[in-house]
Amino acid sequence: MRTPLALAAGLAAAAALVALPHFLGRSGVYLLSYWVVFVVATMGLNLTVGYAGQKSLGHAAFFGIGAYTVAILMKAGLSFWLGLPLAALLCFASGIVVGFPALRVQAIYLAFATLGFNTAAWLFMRNEEWLTGGTFGIKDIARPSLFGVSFDGHRAYYYLCLAVAAILAALLYGLLRSPWGKAFTALRDNPIRAESLGVDVRGYTLLAFAIGAAYAGVAGALFAPLLEFIDPAPFSVGASIMMYLMVVVGGPGYFFGPMLGAAVGVVLPEWLRFAQDWYLFVFGAAVVLLMIWLPDGLLSIPGRLRARREARAASAARAAAAARLDGGGR
Amino acid sequence: MHAAAPAIEFRDVVAGYGEFMILNNLSLAARRGAITLLIGPNGAGKSTVLKTLFGLLKPRQGRVLLDGADVTGAAPKDLLAHGIAFVPQGRNLFPQLTVWQNLELGGITLGRRLTHARIPAVLELFPRVRERLHAQASALSGGEQKQLEIGRALLLQPKVLLIDEPSIGLSPLVVADVFRLLRRLAGEGTTVLMVEQNVKSALKVSDDAIALESGRLVLHKPAGELLADPHIERLFLGSAAAV
Repeated sequence: MRTPLALAAGLAAAAALVALPHFLGRSGVYLLSYWVVFVVATMGLNLTVGYAGQKSLGHAAFFGIGAYTVAILMKAGLSFWLGLPLAALLCFASGIVVGFPALRVQAIYLAFATLGFNTAAWLFMRNEEWLTGGTFGIKDIARPSLFGVSFDGHRAYYYLCLAVAAILAALLYGLLRSPWGKAFTALRDNPIRAESLGVDVRGYTLLAFAIGAAYAGVAGALFAPLLEFIDPAPFSVGASIMMYLMVVVGGPGYFFGPMLGAAVGVVLPEWLRFAQDWYLFVFGAAVVLLMIWLPDGLLSIPGRLRARREARAASAARAAAAARLDGGGR
Repeated sequence: MHAAAPAIEFRDVVAGYGEFMILNNLSLAARRGAITLLIGPNGAGKSTVLKTLFGLLKPRQGRVLLDGADVTGAAPKDLLAHGIAFVPQGRNLFPQLTVWQNLELGGITLGRRLTHARIPAVLELFPRVRERLHAQASALSGGEQKQLEIGRALLLQPKVLLIDEPSIGLSPLVVADVFRLLRRLAGEGTTVLMVEQNVKSALKVSDDAIALESGRLVLHKPAGELLADPHIERLFLGSAAAV
């Protein structure tokens, strides 16, 4: 019963995502594209943090590396279609390097190590003006075209982002359903247990960072032509914390968590603009309350409700059994 | 493989955590196709023997041999390929995964096709687990969880099975089931090295017993002989040499 229902919900959501731009203005479609880009980035972070349990506060650095790779290569006259895989590849390699501290340290110490990496990468983007344009950034980043089809228009570019996100989501889904994907969860739950089953803890830890980083790289590669301009600001430590928040709010280790989390992180602040100067306060307060009541994220709600229902049923069954025993004793 | 060599052999092994050595020049051997029970007081190094044998702890000195082949310092992944499987102490399933997914994970070194081919045979051994194939592992009873853990290890069709405290948290009936299964495996040629606090019950199904004290071997006897000893309690309270 749950599978057909989930399938119907999935198809409805996909249809809505395809149809939605036709009901939105330019800024609405831009916001939707922005959300899709962050879904891609946080899908990667969800693998690193949610499934593999590695605390990473450096995801925005990979996002930035992806964005700058595409921007720099396109400015050098290369195609976006070459820049995109190169951005993913570069981030994959950087992810392996950043993953090495995870073999030595865990939890908050690992978070600080990745935060250090983000700071260093951000300083590089800001200071190495000859390559990155420094605080002036890189402007006029063209949107790509493929086989004569231009993605220059805001709707066309949204569909490109959506297609890339769908492909990456399908790949991640396939990976997570395989025994190799389960190994990431094993790594998070108990590395010793995982090792006793033959899971290469070292390899999987590095892979969790590398794949997560590659997703951020692709997201960055889509981000640069979306804005048509990049500077170091969106790739700071603050952005990494925001991405982490998106994963946590959506539900770490839930496949659809990033979709919901990115919506909260990207769309909610826009909706809250009616509160004007207070919108950041309202957003912050909403997040605090959410973390208090739902520390496992929004997607933990169905599981919580189910657990509550089962506990209630078990209590009722116990009470009925006790009543039967009392009755039998008399 | 040397036919005459013991299935498991430790030669002057020193191993421990940080500066603290648990195994102190330990030498022992376990026969192929037999159940060898490791006994001794808390801190004697019983579980450390299993961890060292399985590569979770690297020996500082000495040699570890499997079927005569030197596997000292080998990683668990490589030891699994050697045909050694480990069921650690306590609950070792991944609670958020289903029974089927836990089994799939147990065969990660085999590849998906071979794992899927072997799962039905393992489930034949555990009908109750088979009935709950798509339930979350956390929803299984303690006994079912232990059966699943053992089943997961058996997917590898191990030549050597290391099992640490299989009776913890289980009812006597389930423990008897587990011990019967171990006996059956040994009958089929699997070497079993077991750590178990429930010494008297475990001795009944074991072939040999090795007593450790402060990381050293103090006794190695046939299990039946030890079971008949009226001073058997000393084995797990210490002073085994006096037995």
